[in-house]
Amino acid sequence: MVTTVERPLPSVGSVCRTRAGVELKEFFRQRESVVFTLMFPVILLLVFGAVLDYDLGSGVSFTQYFMAGVIAAGILGASLQNMAINIATERSDGTLKGLAGTPMPKAAYFVGKVVQVFAVTLAIIVILLAIGALFYGVDLPSGSDWITFVWVAGLGSAACTLLGIAVSSLARNGRSASATVTPIALVLQFISGVFFQFSQVPTWLQTVAALFPLKWMAQGLRSVFLPDALAAQEPAGSWELGRVALVLGIWCVVGLVLCVRTFRWQDRIDR
Amino acid sequence: MSPVDPDAAISVRGLVKRYGDRNAVDGLDLDIGRGEIFALLGPNGAGKTTTVEVLEGYRERDGGEVRVLGVDPARGGRRWKADLGIVLQSGAGDSQLTCLELLRAQAAYYPEPRDPAEVLELVGLSEKAGARGRTLSGGQRRRLDVALGIVGRPRLLFLDEPTTGFDPEARRQFWSLIRSLRDLGTTMLLTTHYLDEAEELADRVGVIAHGRLVEVAVPSELGGRGQAPAVVHWTEDGVRRTAETATPTAFVAELAARFPSEVPDLAVARPTLEDVYLRMIGEPRE
Repeated sequence: MVTTVERPLPSVGSVCRTRAGVELKEFFRQRESVVFTLMFPVILLLVFGAVLDYDLGSGVSFTQYFMAGVIAAGILGASLQNMAINIATERSDGTLKGLAGTPMPKAAYFVGKVVQVFAVTLAIIVILLAIGALFYGVDLPSGSDWITFVWVAGLGSAACTLLGIAVSSLARNGRSASATVTPIALVLQFISGVFFQFSQVPTWLQTVAALFPLKWMAQGLRSVFLPDALAAQEPAGSWELGRVALVLGIWCVVGLVLCVRTFRWQDRIDR
Repeated sequence: MSPVDPDAAISVRGLVKRYGDRNAVDGLDLDIGRGEIFALLGPNGAGKTTTVEVLEGYRERDGGEVRVLGVDPARGGRRWKADLGIVLQSGAGDSQLTCLELLRAQAAYYPEPRDPAEVLELVGLSEKAGARGRTLSGGQRRRLDVALGIVGRPRLLFLDEPTTGFDPEARRQFWSLIRSLRDLGTTMLLTTHYLDEAEELADRVGVIAHGRLVEVAVPSELGGRGQAPAVVHWTEDGVRRTAETATPTAFVAELAARFPSEVPDLAVARPTLEDVYLRMIGEPRE
């Protein structure tokens, strides 16, 4: 009797590494995504830094305030907008369906996406910090502020990545995802204290903004970039870091549940 | 009918797939042996792609028994998928990766992949190894799809309309690729709109209409083609003449005796695969 020895399947770890490489190449080689996702916050910083150079009091420049907002917007772009558009495109052009027909472990696909989001987010933050420090005299965080920076950025990024993956399933294709998500992101940026001080946003819009993660990311990051004296200008009169963690954590759970319930590997079969 | 055959490459009994209140596949039976090339023919909407996608594990069935390489596709895991190669009708999407990079990534999902460079050679894309997926022409892209389908060394390869958009020369090259895969023992299920392709490649063809397999036969005998009367054409006294005969050899010998030299405009034809196919799916088309 002849028995054939089957070679073992590639380990999940090795396939994850392959997917990570694929995702990094797909992102950084595509001019549109690099310009749209990576350079957009940089251009915002350059423009706003040059135009809005006023003092917020306590010797803090608007650029210092804007740094927190533009990093939060950058995280939103790298995670929510990027994932929603990217995955919707891959679903409508058949990439996802093709992968679903291979023995690739499904988790490896998501690991690859997370690596892509992480790399892009890190690149955005490093570039923004470098430009801010070199050209606009932005004070970099110090000491324990870095810890706050890391957990706010990490938790916000996780929540927005999960939401982006969930939103991708609602869109018909990449183009419609882009047309839906981009204006929503822009509105959120306006009402969440990215482009101007959150205290100047009308109260009812502040309430709307408080439902979404961007406001909380920006607020958490302000605690990193601004002196504690300015916490008095926040709606609650403090940075509310506990609430930042809570809201972002809730969005992670909501995003995860939506992903699990809505994720599809192929277009809807509408026959 | 006998129960599903777990040793066949593909075995299907009474497959039903419903969309709304319509049975897109309506009690389909099929057996494909290991090493066989089987072509599934049928008009759009007959249930071809639905059937194939149930076999590939993409769609859940509403009834019937299915075994693909001995496994129920609804429960097929990674190990099962490692033995399949799937070339979808839609093909792969735009990519920023080069052909070679795409094949290397794909190969990394399989336990015993072929060498990506050799696969590119096999599909005639060696010169495009360094070209990004999105810069390829339609025919090159299709060949890349096939390369991605075979790099995992599948035992069973699904080809859903693989040569759509090929020029005649590219199609002939593709056919020789398929024959070399057959020589390596790969079983293939091919769906196509090109009857010459089915006739050229397939060991057997099955015609699907209204969600059922209406006939399965070797291409030369489909629809009783082998026994169908031959049609003889010739010109006599300036008039084009036609006769149907079951004994064309005797008929032509008789004709030859009537003419001093060549029989003018002599032609002997059997119904083509297309003739019998159109008759089989024969529904008034609007």
